[in-house]
Amino acid sequence: MSILTFRGGIHPRYNKERTAALATKPLAAPDELVLPLSQHIGAPAVATVSVGDTVLRGQTIAQPGGFVSAAIHAPVSGTVSAIEPRPTGNGTLGDAIVLANDHQDTETSYSGLGEDWAQADAATLRDMVARAGIVGLGGAAFPSHVKLAPPPDRTIDTVIINGAECEPWLTADHRLMLESATAVVSGLRIIQHILGAPNGVIGIEANKPDALRAISQAATGTPIRVVSLAVKYPQGGEKQLISACLKRRVPQGKLPMDVGVVVHNTGTAAAIHRAVVDGRPLLERIVTVTGTAVSQPANYWVRLGTPVAHVLQHCQTELTPAGKLILGGPMMGIAQKHADIPVVKSTSGILVLQPKDATTRPASPCIRCGRCVDACPMFLVPQELGAFARLRMIPEARAAAALDCMECGSCAHACPAHIPLVQLIRLAKADIHAAARKKM
Amino acid sequence: MSTPLIVSASPHATSGATTPKIMWSVVLALAPATAYAIWLFGYPALSVIAATVFCCVFFEALCGLAMRRSPTITDGSAALTGLILALSLPPGLPLWICAVGAFVAIVISKAIFGGLGQNPFNPAMAGRVFLLIAFPADLTRWLVPQQHAGDTLFGEPVTALDAQGRITEYGLTNVDAITAATPIGLLREKGANIVADLPGNIEFLLGHINGSAGETSAFLLLAGGIFLLIRRVIAWHIPVAYLGTVALFAAITHLVDPSAYAGPAFHLLSGGVMMGAWFIATDYVTSPMFPKGRILFGVGAGILTMVIRLWGGYPEGVSFAVLLMNACVPFFNAWTRPKPFGATTATSGGPQP
Repeated sequence: MSILTFRGGIHPRYNKERTAALATKPLAAPDELVLPLSQHIGAPAVATVSVGDTVLRGQTIAQPGGFVSAAIHAPVSGTVSAIEPRPTGNGTLGDAIVLANDHQDTETSYSGLGEDWAQADAATLRDMVARAGIVGLGGAAFPSHVKLAPPPDRTIDTVIINGAECEPWLTADHRLMLESATAVVSGLRIIQHILGAPNGVIGIEANKPDALRAISQAATGTPIRVVSLAVKYPQGGEKQLISACLKRRVPQGKLPMDVGVVVHNTGTAAAIHRAVVDGRPLLERIVTVTGTAVSQPANYWVRLGTPVAHVLQHCQTELTPAGKLILGGPMMGIAQKHADIPVVKSTSGILVLQPKDATTRPASPCIRCGRCVDACPMFLVPQELGAFARLRMIPEARAAAALDCMECGSCAHACPAHIPLVQLIRLAKADIHAAARKKM
Repeated sequence: MSTPLIVSASPHATSGATTPKIMWSVVLALAPATAYAIWLFGYPALSVIAATVFCCVFFEALCGLAMRRSPTITDGSAALTGLILALSLPPGLPLWICAVGAFVAIVISKAIFGGLGQNPFNPAMAGRVFLLIAFPADLTRWLVPQQHAGDTLFGEPVTALDAQGRITEYGLTNVDAITAATPIGLLREKGANIVADLPGNIEFLLGHINGSAGETSAFLLLAGGIFLLIRRVIAWHIPVAYLGTVALFAAITHLVDPSAYAGPAFHLLSGGVMMGAWFIATDYVTSPMFPKGRILFGVGAGILTMVIRLWGGYPEGVSFAVLLMNACVPFFNAWTRPKPFGATTATSGGPQP
């Protein structure tokens, strides 16, 4: 099998060996779960329960607040103890439904379509995905049913399942592909059916040969193509993945569907399978808990809403002496001030680093070595964008395509001068958006 | 409350590359050639290297103080500039001239432009060219390696330069050192007749020749350059384009008139070409940012080097070629900007801040 790749990118230290071989264990549910109404891109969900209500596991507790939004379900049975602003992983306070767990796990009843799903029409299946509250589980958290409803003038011919898992340290997708290979393959076939896409591709980085074997085996007898991808970050970036798998380049400012492609994460595909075949909503996800400060790294099935502090307790992880706590991977994850935040739909990993791995170095002058240019998978000039951002040269930053930056962090990772390039480019993007709003 | 967690923007991992590591690894790559030059020429080479490096670091520290900037001498860039400058100077050069060169390199061509990363011209080459123009006699008095003192060298008697820079036969005038024209200088003066008598390529590879300290062993310089290539400190574009152009240019002229022009091996292995290709033209700050631009830069520097060598007023053209190409870097950067992913046209860069 030839190994496919894209141009640009970096080779960070992957550090996946600590958790790659560890089977996913269910994590005991905590006494209190915090479910933010906004765990996805788009409008926040609207609570359909009130304080004091008794809820069953799997019951809908919030409805989508618009088309681009997602439902939320109770991951445990219990009572609604509060609906109030709580800290979330993106650093803000957000309205959340707080559940007191009765530890009974009394479940609501589910009705799936079983293996006969192919009899159902696209609209029915899409509706099931929407009702299950599924969002992109790779980290973007874009409501999945929206990606399953392209405008009528777009023909989707290929669905790609992203099993690259290029973020260092994380093994959640790896374990899922090993442990739920048939669910991933079935999910892809359901997505293909909904979109009427004849071609299905599953892309997996070559550092996961066991996952490649498991998925290939599960896909035997289907026309699905399983491809081996170069071990390079950001191989799982949507545009990079499409470029590697199909040699198609998504035009600047366009979406994958403009080249006839839709990309979903492996976790999303498995969740879609469960929603359609079993009728089960999204209640839990795999989270990799790892990092230099974690003495017992693990892959856990974690109920959504479980406080990070509860997860860390189970991994024997102390946050003192204080290092860094990151939700997600080291490249694009968000550093947290404290652990009183819940695991949400997009939390693929909890990474805790020791102080020595977390110190930030002061920036020194740019020596124009060009490492950031070589690293940028979007073919931008990060060094220059950083300078434009620092000097608030907004039109120049826009002309240099600052908005094309996906903030993958390759440039800042490569920079020998430790210039915070991603942070600067974010500033430039915010400036550009602010200037555009002012003009309107 | 316990110590707060560290919060910073992503990414939370780095490649481990740092500016000092890069600078010191280039110094390391130059170490074998430096050590060899010191063995070959002895104290005159050691004193020039020590004085030039010391003065460069001293001026860097002084500029840092004057501009109230945090100290930058530990980043290794000043020491590296000093080493490259020293290796491009003739061993035995009066030390006060070395200090002038260091001053021009660090203060005039780097610090006043804003320090590391802001200088348009390669500081070491600016320093060298200044000295070459200001002190032409001293800069062209080439010491014969002590292992060769008293020999007839390469079929020519070992010669000495008098105060006016004229070549005189050894022993005929009062000389303060045993010197001889460099092979490339000989080629320059004697032209056609000398080509056949030039030292064999093996001599150049091993460095048993006279010349500036850094010009002496093409082999050790090549090894250092390949070390940098493998360590990914430098990219292949500039050295390959530069050496390829020099070789091609020499091959063509040699084919046209073998009696007047030396072949590619001579031009690749003599003078400052190896040093220039791996250690001088590859200076990040003063070379293009983009691969295509780097190739254009290497080709341009190669052509200029050969034009100066063959038809110019100086026997050696590496430093002039590099400086002239340094001046073209903004154009190369503008012409070879990468097209963003999925874009139909390249972005406009605007003024580089």
